[in-house]
Amino acid sequence: MKALLAPIDYLGFLARSLAGSPDLRRTWPRFMAQLWNHGVGALPVVIITSVFIGLTTAVQTTYQLMGVVPKYFVGMGVGRLVLIELAPVLTGFIVAGRSASAMAAELGAMRVSEQVDALEVMGIDPYRYLCLPRILATCVGLPVLVVVTEVVAVFTALFISARMLDVPAAAFTYGVTHFFMLRDFVGGIVKALLFGLLIGTSGCYFGFGVSGGAQGVGRATTRAVVLSAVLILLVDFVIALIFFKT
Amino acid sequence: MIRVEAVSKRFRDTVVLDRVSLEVPDGTTTVILGPSGVGKTVLLRIMAGLMAPDEGQVFYDGRRVRFGRFADNRGLTGGLGYVFQSGALFDSLTVAENVALPLQETTRLSGAEIRRRTEEVLQRVGMAESAGLFPRALSGGMTRLVAIARALVADPRCIFFDEPTTGLDPAIRERICAMIEELREHGERTQVVVTHDLEAASLLADHMYMLRAGKLVRADNVRKEDYEQAYP
Repeated sequence: MKALLAPIDYLGFLARSLAGSPDLRRTWPRFMAQLWNHGVGALPVVIITSVFIGLTTAVQTTYQLMGVVPKYFVGMGVGRLVLIELAPVLTGFIVAGRSASAMAAELGAMRVSEQVDALEVMGIDPYRYLCLPRILATCVGLPVLVVVTEVVAVFTALFISARMLDVPAAAFTYGVTHFFMLRDFVGGIVKALLFGLLIGTSGCYFGFGVSGGAQGVGRATTRAVVLSAVLILLVDFVIALIFFKT
Repeated sequence: MIRVEAVSKRFRDTVVLDRVSLEVPDGTTTVILGPSGVGKTVLLRIMAGLMAPDEGQVFYDGRRVRFGRFADNRGLTGGLGYVFQSGALFDSLTVAENVALPLQETTRLSGAEIRRRTEEVLQRVGMAESAGLFPRALSGGMTRLVAIARALVADPRCIFFDEPTTGLDPAIRERICAMIEELREHGERTQVVVTHDLEAASLLADHMYMLRAGKLVRADNVRKEDYEQAYP
């Protein structure tokens, strides 16, 4: 029964965190701090991952298409694959592993040490104070990180294709730009926005629900990451149906 | 007036509170006495709206607390002063920022006024020197003093103290008792103190109760022998 009610509880938590007056004057500084932490802070690992996404995708695409179709199709394959699928999903997984766990652990520790209760008795809405800035930060931060991933991955792929894979830079660039479709880019960004929403909500949801001390915090952290990953895959499929089904 | 009406709470098979009723008149200090694990903190948390009872109600001036509904309770339990046993200070904020938090988040006072009030209340609890420190640099006693400052800064009409003197050295214990007594003498606020410290309880209480086997028993002028007999 509890498992059946969990999705309702989760959505109720999300609604509760986003509902009501955001009180911009007070929320803004906390939002910026979280954006720095979960957005800018994730940049190094996102860039490293993007480089390898670009390298591997270029090698794999060349391996599959070389000799079958003209060389500029390598650029098309890499560009569209990165924009539609790899950049949003892999960046989503990175941010889920990094931010959902951090949020669950941080809020869980605050719950265990009665800091969340302290907010409530002071008349401060803990959802507005703690959850809203975090959820907004991942919503705004993830699409930006996805764009960074796309740019870095495509340029890395261009570099390795020209240097090692016998695909001229002009052909690669032609493939990327000629077959570029705005729908691919928008679809990827919409995915990132939703992934950000789910990652922030999952981290805060499990952090807020912690009971049972340090062990409870550990459990919450694991659950936040696992649920974020599963929801990313689920939403990825739904968006694929909506945006890309022919 | 705070009125607790037939409140019950159980954890699995253990009945912690069994139809407990209590009235806390305005401007008085009520002490709930009992050893650790008897359910004092549970009762305090229910009174503050932080925990829902299995049965029963809590009223503030005749208005019912709606448990788990923060927005509905903001005018009742929101804005209370509550001194947690652990202090519950925010690790990422300095002492001064911790104390200023209720004013920053719930009032429209200017920055200068918030600073003035924060300094004043830190001075009052003797922690002005530590304003720039983070909670991790404080001892248990200092943490408790800062928690009291945070509870006082917004000038609440009601303050709850959860074991305010437990585990402290005699000097800080005396300081905290003197502070609670001073607030009591001025009749400024309604205070509820839960403690197992009979000496402090006798000093502070206008009304005293003992919590035993889930029941609340009136225990004004309880003697040490009675207390020891009640909890062998």
